[in-house]
Amino acid sequence: MKKPLIIIKDVRKEFIVEKKPNVVALNGVNLEIEKNEFVCVVGPSGCGKTTLLNIIAGLETFDSGSVTMHGEDIIGPGPERGVIFQQYALFPWMTVRKNIEYGLKFITKADGSRYTKEEKRALAEHYIKMVNLTGFEDSYPKALSGGMKQRVAIARGYALNSEVLLMDEPFGALDAQTRAQLQEDLLRTWESEKKTIFFITHDVDEAVLLSSRVVIMSARPGQIKEIVPVDLPYPRTQATKMESEFIKIKNYIWDTVYKMYLEIPK
Amino acid sequence: MAEQKKSARKLKDFSDGSARMRYTLMTVSIIGGFFFWYLITLIPTINTFLASPKQVLRALISESKAGGRYWKDISISLQRVLIGFGLAFVASIPVAFLMGWYPKVRNLIEPWIQFMRTIPPIALIPLVILAMGLGEPPKYTIIFIATFLVMVVTIYQGVKEVDKTLIKAAYTFGAKDRDLFIDIIIPASFPFILVGARLGMASALTTLIAAELTGTIFGLGARIQGAQQFMDTAIVLLGIITIGVIGFILDKILLFIEKNLTKWK
Ligand SMILES: Nc1ncnc2c1ncn2[C@@H]1O[C@H](COP(=O)(O)OP(=O)(O)OP(=O)(O)O)[C@@H](O)[C@H]1O
Ligand SMILES: [Mg+2]
Repeated sequence: MKKPLIIIKDVRKEFIVEKKPNVVALNGVNLEIEKNEFVCVVGPSGCGKTTLLNIIAGLETFDSGSVTMHGEDIIGPGPERGVIFQQYALFPWMTVRKNIEYGLKFITKADGSRYTKEEKRALAEHYIKMVNLTGFEDSYPKALSGGMKQRVAIARGYALNSEVLLMDEPFGALDAQTRAQLQEDLLRTWESEKKTIFFITHDVDEAVLLSSRVVIMSARPGQIKEIVPVDLPYPRTQATKMESEFIKIKNYIWDTVYKMYLEIPK
Repeated sequence: MAEQKKSARKLKDFSDGSARMRYTLMTVSIIGGFFFWYLITLIPTINTFLASPKQVLRALISESKAGGRYWKDISISLQRVLIGFGLAFVASIPVAFLMGWYPKVRNLIEPWIQFMRTIPPIALIPLVILAMGLGEPPKYTIIFIATFLVMVVTIYQGVKEVDKTLIKAAYTFGAKDRDLFIDIIIPASFPFILVGARLGMASALTTLIAAELTGTIFGLGARIQGAQQFMDTAIVLLGIITIGVIGFILDKILLFIEKNLTKWK
C-alpha cells in the first residue's frame, strides 16, 4: 500500500508561559493524511487545532513525536504547504492585488522559470474574480470588511497552488451565501486539481460537506478524540446536505462534540 | 395621541470635525490669543517683562531689515537643527533595525540607550564643549545625541512589534530572511520611522536652543540670551515665536510626508 503523504506520530506540544502553569496544547496526536485527501478538523475552542496546523506548516516546533511529509521531517515552512491564516495575515501596505501576487514571486514553475509580471497579474485577476472581489483590486486591506479580508486571504492561498493547503477556519467570517459559494468552489478546485487539504472549522455541516474524514479533537490536553469517515460520494453540492447519510453523520459528530462540551469542567 | 418625536441619539464624535469648522476655530483661537496678549500688556507692570504685539512687530521689522541679524540667526539655527537631525536620522535607522533583527545586538546596545535616554542632552554640553571647542561641531553633536536616542527607540519599537503572523505568512510563501527584511520588516516599520522623525525633530529644536545658550554669537537661542541682558523683551518674544513657527512648519512638512507615504494606514 502507498504511504500516507503526511504522517503525524505521537506529537506533544507544550507552551511555556512565564509565571503561569504550562499549557499542554497537544498530547499524543497521531494522524495520517493521504495524498489528495480532504481532512476537516473540528473541536472546541482552544483544543489545539491551530497549533496542529502550525506544526504541519512548519511554523511551530513541538516537544516530541514526529511529523513527516513524503517521508521527510517537516523542519520549516515551505511553499508546498500553503496556509490560509485564521487572522488573515494580509500585508496592510499592499493592495488586494499585490497581496495576492506577492507569494508568486517565490514560485518556480515546472519548467524552471518564474512567473512574469503579466502571468502574476492574470492569476491574481482570476482568483479575485473567484472570491467576488472584482472592483477592489487596488484597495488596501484597511478599507475592507472582515469577510472581504478573509476572501483576499483565500484568494492568496489558492493562487499559490500548493500541493497541500492548510486552512484555518477560512470561511468563518463570511455570510451564508458567500460561504456556500466558496464551499462549492473549494470542492470543485479540490476535485479537479487534486490537492491535499487540511481544513479547520467550527461548523459541523461544513466539515461533513467538504471532507472525506472529520477529525474530532478534544481539549485539555488537545487530543484526537475520534476520526469519522464521511462516505458520501463526490462531487458534492449544497444539495448533499439533504441526504439522509449526511444528516446521520452530522448528527453523530454533533453528539460527540456536544458531549465533550458538557464534560468540560466549568 | 401626542406625536412622539424620535430623533437618533447623537453619539460622541471623535473625529476632528469638518475642515471649515476646524479652520474657523483655529482662526478664532489665534486672534483671541493675540488680543488677550495685547490686553494684558496694557498693564504697565506686565509690559516691563512682556512686550506687546506691536513692540514685537516693530522688532521684527527692524531686525529683518538689511543689516539686521534676524535671517542670519534663523539660517544658522536651522542649519544646526537640520545637520544634527539629518545625521541622527541616517544613523538611527540601521541601528534600530539591527537591534530589532539581532537579539545579540539588542542586548548589547539596549542598556546604554535606556541609560542615555534619561540624561538631558543639555547636561552633556560642558563635556562636549571641552572636547570639541566652541565651533559648530559641538552643536551638531548635542542635537545628534538627543535626536538619535529618540529615533532609535521609536523605530526599534516598531521593528520589534511587526505583526508576527505577517512574518509567518511570508515564510510560508518561501521568503528567505533577506526577502523578509526588505519586503515585510521595512514597510511594516515605516510608520514608526516617520513618527520617530517627528519626535526627533521636536527634540532637535528643544535641544538646539539650549545648546545655543552657551558659547555662540549667532542663532535664535543666542539671540534670546543676548536680548535678555538688555531687557529687550520684544526681541526675546520675537525669538520664541520664531522658534515656535519653525517647529510648526517642520512638523507639518514631516506630517505631509507621512500622510503621503503611508496611505495604507
Ligand atoms: N503562543 C502561545 N503561547 C502560549 N499558549 C498558547 C500559544 N498558542 C496557543 N496557546 C494555547 O494552546 C492552546 C491551543 O491553542 P490553539 O490556538 O491551537 O487553539 P484552537 O483549537 O485553534 O482554538 P480556536 O478554535 O479558538 O482557534 C490554547 O489553550 C492556547 O491558550
Ligand atoms: Mg485556532
